[in-house]
Amino acid sequence: MRRTLFESLTHRPLTETPPSPGDAALAELVASVERAARRRLGRSLAIREVDAGSCNGCELEIHALNNAFYDLERFGLRFVASPRHADVLLVTGPVTKNMREALERTYRATPDPKWVVAVGRCAADGGLFAGSYGVTGAVGAVVPVDLHIDGCPPTPLQLLQGLLALLEQASAGK
Amino acid sequence: MMAAPLDIIPQGGRVDGHRPWPRFTVAAEVWRQIVSQIAAGRATLFGLWGDMSVVPMVHMAIIEDLTGDGAVVSLECPAGNFPSVGAVHPPAIRLERAIYSLFGFEPVGAPDVRPWLDLGFWDVRHPLGARSPAPAERTVYTFLPTEGEALHQIPVGPVHAGIIEPGHFRFTAGGETVVRLEERLGYVHKGIESLMSGATIEAAAKLAARGSGDSTVAYGLAFAHAVEAALNVEVPPRAHYLRALMAELERLANHCGDIGAICNDASFSLMHAHCAILREQVLRTADACFGHRLMMDRIVPGGVACDLAPDGITLLRDTLQHIGQRFPRLVELYDNTASLQDRTAETGIVGTELARQFGAAGYVGRASGRNFDVRKAPGYAPYDQLDFAVPVLTAGDVNARVWIRIREVEQSLRLIEQILTRVPEGPIAASLDGADDNSGEGLGLAESFRGDVLAWVRIKGLRVARCHLRDPSWFQWPLLEAAIEGNIVADFPLCNKSFNCSYAGHDL
Repeated sequence: MRRTLFESLTHRPLTETPPSPGDAALAELVASVERAARRRLGRSLAIREVDAGSCNGCELEIHALNNAFYDLERFGLRFVASPRHADVLLVTGPVTKNMREALERTYRATPDPKWVVAVGRCAADGGLFAGSYGVTGAVGAVVPVDLHIDGCPPTPLQLLQGLLALLEQASAGK
Repeated sequence: MMAAPLDIIPQGGRVDGHRPWPRFTVAAEVWRQIVSQIAAGRATLFGLWGDMSVVPMVHMAIIEDLTGDGAVVSLECPAGNFPSVGAVHPPAIRLERAIYSLFGFEPVGAPDVRPWLDLGFWDVRHPLGARSPAPAERTVYTFLPTEGEALHQIPVGPVHAGIIEPGHFRFTAGGETVVRLEERLGYVHKGIESLMSGATIEAAAKLAARGSGDSTVAYGLAFAHAVEAALNVEVPPRAHYLRALMAELERLANHCGDIGAICNDASFSLMHAHCAILREQVLRTADACFGHRLMMDRIVPGGVACDLAPDGITLLRDTLQHIGQRFPRLVELYDNTASLQDRTAETGIVGTELARQFGAAGYVGRASGRNFDVRKAPGYAPYDQLDFAVPVLTAGDVNARVWIRIREVEQSLRLIEQILTRVPEGPIAASLDGADDNSGEGLGLAESFRGDVLAWVRIKGLRVARCHLRDPSWFQWPLLEAAIEGNIVADFPLCNKSFNCSYAGHDL
């Protein structure tokens, strides 16, 4: 263990330079982030991930944000275990009929001010699953969405771009 | 010793055009006899599903573990019922409950008739069967009872405390000790099999590839195998090798990530950090080679959708060499950290008899003595040309499941090396159009990192009449309930991660 830890101290980090926030994502957010919220939150956002019907592909890439290459926490973004501690709900999947109520309750349990980020193609419009008896559809049909990050699944870099855009808007009023 | 399943099925009633295994239509009495033979351990239950695409019927797949010989047995159920399999063979119970919820076929004599997958939120009842409007009132779901002094219940989920899929766990605990765990699943049920009915093969393949995102390659492969069997299509050799390359990269990525994640659930984050780096490097290599990090939609019926990038072999060799250097040191770290071993050894034990009875696939079965891997038996190309071992242990605890995955990482590295040396030149896909009226029935298998994925299709005129996908998790989830019994509540995340069952693949 000592050798592994020592190497971590002497080697250059693997972490990549952050991407610039996506233009489209920034444009979508301008309207949704209030001045008061910016003051209150500063450059720190707590994220609660909610799988509302995903195939688990999006979750894998969201997980990757925590690895040494993307290192999400350096931006003050961190995943929390409860919606009651969260500023942001990161929601994946076409919302299934079976998860609709759980998503609504999670949203209600999240204190204001809060943002919802819909992750992946399914979350945007139901994707390939739209129209099924088991699926309600887009996340936006169930809770108000502030930002969409597209992809099937979006890459960690795309996720990072979207989340940085959110952060820029949230802290712009400081 | 097991008998070949063909021995326990009276010959006759064989259906034409079902490949590669035979399919037999049997009477209820014969169905019961076969079920009692399965319950006696003479074959393994491999799948059980409903079908309305011709006449109402239930199909049961069975396999002989050692040889990989198998068959599909079908029972027509014009009256909407069939003799329960679960009544004598518990691994079938949830499958039957799902058949009742989805199709409305009643398993007569079943020990448990509560709905499964249908949580009372759909507008329709029996959506794959006779379809009727759902009742306005939601019925209350009753969990299994527990008796004893000072027991308390802990409800967990569907929304869990991490970046994971949704499901409900109902713990009953006496102090810190879990007395009973009961799972309730179905939250991510999207109705995939319903969407597949009537779809083009191309559209259905995309749905299959999203059965369980972590196994998208294996799902794509199982579905492709089924379609190719149904339509009698010969896949070019290069495609076989590229498919195996993708499948082993997927296995490598998942095993690397999960070995770290299991350690993380024992609060040993150093392993997690280093294993996550290896996983990311595999995914980046996959992206560079095939244009998608998870290699989604890269396997298609007939072959593969894209060829290996020109610099792919060099990139893969570099990645292999890198992991070959780093991984042994992480194994050493795992093996030499006593505080970590203290958590994983003798925690969450699955007995060998239970693993055999449930036909537990993948590392869950192999850590509990079940020597089974569909790459070996029945086997599929190109694995018959490749040299690899299937690790088996008998301790059945979290530690054994970790060690199986460590050994499988080593085997996948060996396999990729062999594939790179042997991959032949040539076309990467064959046309599906042409043979056999563009119709037929096929059963396809693929060994995902988690275990065998089964796909069954009936194709008519190049369209899917019916497709059933069976995730390995169906036979693993119930064993998690057994594994946690008598362990402390705080060890549940550790046990759960060592299983890493799929919610999406199970719920579909």
